[in-house]
Amino acid sequence: MRPGRHFLSGNTALAEGALAAGVDFYAGYPITPSSEIMEHLARELPRRGGTFLQAEDEIASIFMLIGASWAGARALTATSGPGFSLMQEGLGIAIMTETPLVVVDVMRLGPGTGQASKAGQGDLMQARWGRHGDQHLVVYAPSSAQDCFDLGVRAVNTAERLRVPVVVLSDELVAHTWEEVVVPEVVERAERPLGPGLPFHSDDPRLPPPMPPLGQGHGVLMTGSTHDGRGVRFTSDPAVHRALVTRLADKVRLNAEDLAVVEEHGVEDAHVGMVAYGSAARAALAARDLLSREGLRLGVVVLKTLWPLPEGPIRALAERARAILVPELSLGQLVLDVERIAAGRCPVVGLPKVGGGVPLFPSEIAARAREVAG
Amino acid sequence: MKHPLAPYLREEVLPGPFCPGCGHGLVLGALLRAIARRGHVDLRDFVFVSGIGCAAWIPSPHLRADSLHVAHGRAVPTAIGVKLRRPELNVVVVGGDGDIAGIGGNHLVHAARRNADLLVLMVNNLVYGMTGGQVGPTTPHGLPTSTTPYGNPERPLDAAAVVAAAGANYVARWTVAHGRPLEDALFKALGKRGFRFVEAVAQCPSRVGGRLRMEPGAFLRWMRDHSVPLSAGGEAKPGDGFVVGEYADRDEPGLAQSVAALRGQG
Repeated sequence: MRPGRHFLSGNTALAEGALAAGVDFYAGYPITPSSEIMEHLARELPRRGGTFLQAEDEIASIFMLIGASWAGARALTATSGPGFSLMQEGLGIAIMTETPLVVVDVMRLGPGTGQASKAGQGDLMQARWGRHGDQHLVVYAPSSAQDCFDLGVRAVNTAERLRVPVVVLSDELVAHTWEEVVVPEVVERAERPLGPGLPFHSDDPRLPPPMPPLGQGHGVLMTGSTHDGRGVRFTSDPAVHRALVTRLADKVRLNAEDLAVVEEHGVEDAHVGMVAYGSAARAALAARDLLSREGLRLGVVVLKTLWPLPEGPIRALAERARAILVPELSLGQLVLDVERIAAGRCPVVGLPKVGGGVPLFPSEIAARAREVAG
Repeated sequence: MKHPLAPYLREEVLPGPFCPGCGHGLVLGALLRAIARRGHVDLRDFVFVSGIGCAAWIPSPHLRADSLHVAHGRAVPTAIGVKLRRPELNVVVVGGDGDIAGIGGNHLVHAARRNADLLVLMVNNLVYGMTGGQVGPTTPHGLPTSTTPYGNPERPLDAAAVVAAAGANYVARWTVAHGRPLEDALFKALGKRGFRFVEAVAQCPSRVGGRLRMEPGAFLRWMRDHSVPLSAGGEAKPGDGFVVGEYADRDEPGLAQSVAALRGQG
């Protein structure tokens, strides 16, 4: 897509961001409300020399990505709740094998098959913790079509740079809202680490080890089981397991500052604070405009990185505001983190909503903020 | 003097992990001899992909090659990802019957339908060996296992027939008691495009032989004596024996070619 202004849905913007970041492999399974990403890439990838395949299910999709990524591809797939559940298995293997890939989860309503194309934000904890075992990955969350493009690019680059799977946690409202998207003249393309050294060892846990490509005589040993720096399986050595799992977690945790994408709106002189992401953040910002006319100053922290969670801006907000409100289109998941981070500095009030397809409205957020402000 | 197949092995990780009398060494030997007969002096142009189970350990880490060892049942889709990105490489999946035809059964059928350009070597030891000898999708009817102590009440899956029906270019089944025909089938499969499936029935002395009180030699003789050639038109009754032979030998274009043909469209 040429640089300049475009009118796009969030899903199309995300697919275009992926292409701009050099994604050349997609395997996926149809599911609303994510299908536009797949359909867009089914059209665009072959004519750019890339590869598109519709898999038999989401499990196959993510394992095709793992294979393609080791074969050198920049790989992405998109899905929604039920498919995201199936992909947890592959995400765990991708974390353990340090395989760069991106999974977009356009959240819908669950549990189960829920409501297929209705907005929700119930997958936050699943995105972070959905795999068995101790593990961390990176989660970004767009709140606009522009974010979808920008975070699509960032997700691909983060995956490649850190050798870690990245989740983009979108939601139906963000995905299907058409907005202006500005495509920049130059889009960054980060490369995965190559060069000498053991493929599964790094002295500095913040830096990923080099990833040798297949088919060049490196004798790549990749395994989803516990392995040493060479990739040799060790299934009963506590020291090898401890070192590996700690390094993989530290690779994400110790890079938290670099991974943080946050927008702050009027937090310096806020009466009431708010922490939100995705479509709920858009409603929060609209509520802020409503209340500013009444003289009530709302400070909003919009999280675009959901893991590792940018704790500094939330802590700073807790030190300034009378209370923090956390609007979420779910029974309340982010609020648990905000309570932990605020640690009693100010009251934290959840504003959970199980919308059943009805979004969070600015008016209801504003009404709750007035109550909290007293 | 070195063993002629030593160049293909990572000698530093030997001896392998398999039980005494296990059939997996015979499978590995047949595969490597077939590769050697194809003129590959090393395994640089190969990528081996495997899932979970004893047979998944045949390539990883023992072969001096690139190997991806992924989750239970997921070797086939992982291998498709590799092949579509690097079609010039020979991509080989090695796995057990539970891995390939049980938990990975859906992937197997669709890979055959797509005629994905892979060689899948399924080692059928009749049970889930690594986890203690539980009943598997290919366990003969009536066979006692650790989860069918009164005998398997179900019928086994004829994986070779299913894969052939789904459209694979090459399908064969032999037992490890048929060393030369098994090696010949692998040799032939290595020279073809599209989806190729070779099933090798192998003895599991620990989990099956022990229960049936058959030592490995007797087990090998039992497999040989209970094999029925497909060419004889014979159909072994489930539990009575193993049908051996070639189930399919076609030359249809493979997935890599048909996906590549999309490039430049639109």
